[in-house]
Amino acid sequence: MRKIILLVVFSITVCSIIYSCQNASEIEQAKYMTGGKDLYIANCQNCHGANGEGLGELAPPLTDSAFLKENKAKLACIIKNGSNKGVVINGKNYQGKMPSFSKLHDIDLAQVIVYVTNSFGNKQGMYTYEQVAKDLEVCK
Amino acid sequence: MIKFKNISSIIALLFLVISFTACTNEKILPIYGQREAKITKGKDGIDRIDTVYQTIPAFKFLNQDSTYITQDMFKGKIYVADFFFTSCTTICPTMHRNLKTVFEQYKGNPDILFLSHTIDFKYDKPSVLKKYAQKLGVDVPQWQFVYGSKDEVYTLAEKSYLTVVKEDSTATDGYIHQGWLVLIDKEKRMRGAYDGTKTEEVDKLKKDIAILLAEEKK
Repeated sequence: MRKIILLVVFSITVCSIIYSCQNASEIEQAKYMTGGKDLYIANCQNCHGANGEGLGELAPPLTDSAFLKENKAKLACIIKNGSNKGVVINGKNYQGKMPSFSKLHDIDLAQVIVYVTNSFGNKQGMYTYEQVAKDLEVCK
Repeated sequence: MIKFKNISSIIALLFLVISFTACTNEKILPIYGQREAKITKGKDGIDRIDTVYQTIPAFKFLNQDSTYITQDMFKGKIYVADFFFTSCTTICPTMHRNLKTVFEQYKGNPDILFLSHTIDFKYDKPSVLKKYAQKLGVDVPQWQFVYGSKDEVYTLAEKSYLTVVKEDSTATDGYIHQGWLVLIDKEKRMRGAYDGTKTEEVDKLKKDIAILLAEEKK
């Protein structure tokens, strides 16, 4: 009887350890999402909209998952340094200038990118601040 | 028992009266700005007192089609005025996103116009305003975008529309200004000001426009 109890306790412990390990990355992403949402509201929402819908042809929507995926490594550069190249989103041309947000730190950039790429119908998972640092080194 | 009957009938009567007055009691928007009393002597020798309200003075600006517009365009119409500039990245996009929802609601209504003044007298020439209007998706005569000299626009903003605008090199985009959407009636009087960055205030503007349009119909 004692053996069985011990076995049950042991297996529960093992299970919960594994479960919490799996969850750690999810928790981390959830943290990024909350921080990212605040940053988005403060810095991005006025042009790109509360639902990432953009503003006419003045500001592009953030709903083009394919664009975000292809250009993920460039997103940090675009946000930090701004861009006047214009973009084609969902087949539409946007010529407007994206202002620079040079005050944002790597962690802020990571959080806001995680928020954008996992909201508005996008679901692209985690993007760490270490990766931001690497991507920023190769800004053109 | 009779007493009780009386009381309940009084209550019922009161209830009816209150509900009827509630029906006829239409909301009227306040009139803002300075006002003064003007006393004139009538033919019969009796003094008459008239209230003179603050009104928007005459103006002449270039619009997005490079034509001059004046108050003639706004004769017999109500309008919503605001101050912005095209390269503004702070409150203007939100203001115009919200104002566009008002515009969509009253699109094609001949009794209401929209008038956006740029405060960037250096860069926002009519061609720039035209492009902005097209990109916002509102390039129709019902929504006018106008350009004027710094002196004209800034004085009009502060003295008449009671909106602060200022050049400031330390501000994000070089200017600071307030995001009021100002409602003007047919008599050129200011009837409301709403923070264009707040959706609940913009919703109030939509309702107040309906109230003002109904008032002007009488």
